[in-house]
Amino acid sequence: MASDTVALGTNGHEPSYLEYQGKHKGILGWILSTDHKRIGILYLCSVLSFFFMGVVFGFLMRLELISPGETIVTAQTYNKFFTLHGVIMIFLFIIPAIPAIFGNFFLPILIGAKDVAFPRLNLLSWYLYITGGLLALMSIVMPGGPADTGWTFYIPYSVRTDTNVIYALMAAFILGFSSILTGLNFVTTVHRLRTPSMSWFKMPLSVWSFYATAWVQVLATPIIGITLLLVVIERVLHVGIFDPALGGDPVLYQHLFWIYSHPAVYIMILPGMGIVSEIIPVFAHRTIFGYKFIAFSSIAIALFGSLVWAHHMFTVGMSNAGEFIFSLLTMVVAIPSAIKVFNWTATLYKGSIELAPPMLYILAFIFLFSIGGLTGVMQGVIAIDIQVHDTSFIVGHFHYVMFGGTGFAFFAALHYWLPKMFGRMYNIKRAKVAFWIIFFGFNVLYFPMLIMGWLGMPRRYYDYLPQFHPYHFISTVGSWILILGLIIMFTNFVISLRKGEKVTKKNLWGGETLEWQIDTPPTHENFDEIPVVEDYPYVYKDNEIAVEEEKV
Amino acid sequence: MTTQAQVHSAEHVHRDDLGARLGMWLFLFTELILFGGMFLVYSVYRFSHPQEFHIAAKELNTIVGTFNTMILLTSSLTMVLSIAAIQRDNKKLSIFFQFLTILLAVFFMVNKFFEWSVKFHHGIYPGSETLLNEKSGDILFFGLYYVMTGLHGLHVLVGIVIIAVMMRFTSKGIVTHDNYIKLENTGLYWHLVDIIWIFLFPLFYLIT
Repeated sequence: MASDTVALGTNGHEPSYLEYQGKHKGILGWILSTDHKRIGILYLCSVLSFFFMGVVFGFLMRLELISPGETIVTAQTYNKFFTLHGVIMIFLFIIPAIPAIFGNFFLPILIGAKDVAFPRLNLLSWYLYITGGLLALMSIVMPGGPADTGWTFYIPYSVRTDTNVIYALMAAFILGFSSILTGLNFVTTVHRLRTPSMSWFKMPLSVWSFYATAWVQVLATPIIGITLLLVVIERVLHVGIFDPALGGDPVLYQHLFWIYSHPAVYIMILPGMGIVSEIIPVFAHRTIFGYKFIAFSSIAIALFGSLVWAHHMFTVGMSNAGEFIFSLLTMVVAIPSAIKVFNWTATLYKGSIELAPPMLYILAFIFLFSIGGLTGVMQGVIAIDIQVHDTSFIVGHFHYVMFGGTGFAFFAALHYWLPKMFGRMYNIKRAKVAFWIIFFGFNVLYFPMLIMGWLGMPRRYYDYLPQFHPYHFISTVGSWILILGLIIMFTNFVISLRKGEKVTKKNLWGGETLEWQIDTPPTHENFDEIPVVEDYPYVYKDNEIAVEEEKV
Repeated sequence: MTTQAQVHSAEHVHRDDLGARLGMWLFLFTELILFGGMFLVYSVYRFSHPQEFHIAAKELNTIVGTFNTMILLTSSLTMVLSIAAIQRDNKKLSIFFQFLTILLAVFFMVNKFFEWSVKFHHGIYPGSETLLNEKSGDILFFGLYYVMTGLHGLHVLVGIVIIAVMMRFTSKGIVTHDNYIKLENTGLYWHLVDIIWIFLFPLFYLIT
């Protein structure tokens, strides 16, 4: 990091957290630091490494599917690729991405605190994350090869296959533990460490969504923990709890799996929604529309999202009453999500919209998330779900929500906060070019999946009928465009860290939240004195000033 | 890291007993849900195999189970007494009661060990030939029995380690009469272990 390049703080007085000299020097000063900002950076580096790995596996999958039959790998290897892609992207990238990186770095700052409630627990959860990640990587190199079950580890295949399922399961178990500790930490932090003048309805909206996410993490993750542990025990000891050959019930496994894994979808998307609510008012230079509705809809999503898991199992067999209830609840979740979307667009209305890179990603989020969300509601209808279940329509749908939603929100957050975190500005023009390439490539990659899935192309299939060839071909070309865009975006960041223009201005974008009132990059203690919050953070009294302030 | 924090500034040493307690309760929530998943599995299979569960439960030794329940309940009492002692600034008494808690926990584990050994001796253990020849309800009952009491036993072992650390903290003066939140949280954890056993005991031993 840049710690050794600057001797004094960028502002000439107190050193920033990057230069701050704690008990340990060099790398130890990072991996033993309990400073929430340094832990955030640790997560940034490790999560991004896994993200790149996930991208590589996704790229290889798409390359294999460019033509029917065997193209680059065997069917068995292809199964391993999609499992690794899923496990890495879900457990190692998208769940920890926004809460663990930006939550760690900015949650305490946004509520005017010096750190999270349990700093050492925070560091421990990073170590657990790394342990889980290494276990997932070990499954690749150990004899037997990585799991080929898909990220859902469905019984009975996950008990029968000879691949290293146990490594992948233990990895997910440990990552879940890490996620629980982060959630526990954030709930306590929000309750106990808000600056005294910040009442609940003065909290920034991203804090609301981090808070809702943290509750889901705490309440849902233990279920997947015990379920995956039971599969491990099943494999090692043959206790029969899930194995149908011994009397167990594989459908019970699916229920337990989705009781966590559906709420996990909201662990992934809620922080993204928080980022959107945070960035939109800043670049529309306008008060957020419906603050309380956005705040409560986060809680409503967390609540209803926990009650819809069986919509993943409409084809498995369930009572009619069960199907009806789960279908209804699934559609109910769309309401709080739609409330948010309408509030965001209402915020844009009569705003003075500035198309800076973070804002571009946010606008793309609203567009892509709406496609993902609406295709999701379609699947809540049982008749349609049975038609498109396990087709690439589903794959298209959840990539629109997860990548087009959370992924784009994550990129927006990178563009919004990285200059604050490192005190270096990236090249705006290059960032915008990268955005358009990513946006274009994304749609070329995933939209054909919606079409061919609707026409009957099953997901996870290695081979396909000739009529699906054009869609697969276009989709694969899309993956190349997307990756090109990602390369431009990340090189832009890397260049900016080394050679980017130094920024010392406190308020880079004209935001009203607390992180823009402290030094860039923040000092070790964040605040010189305990900040006083007068109103909720989206009052643009000095709107004019913010607009006229020189653009970065 | 308290020492590290003390070096930079006194105000950085942040003590929040209420926050620590809140964090502990959240953690206990997650533990309850963890075991809740297993209780759910248990009730599903009990519902689908009532006859076989009924007969299999008769294999378990109720006397040993009752004895273990008494031991664990008493250990919760000694845990509370150790906290009460430290609140009254009686360090030695507190350490004595913590030691007693550990001793009772060890007794519990020893009993458990003999109970399991007898079952193993009869060839009843997960994946054993005797068991695999039985009906699926029996396999499930004993599968759940070993997994649930096993996971509970693991929690007892972890508890023993934590209480041992607390004994050291108390003797070194880290846990004192005006700063005993660590011991209190340990107590909360220990009561959770106790409560889970109180549910395991009737489900496996008493409902026959």
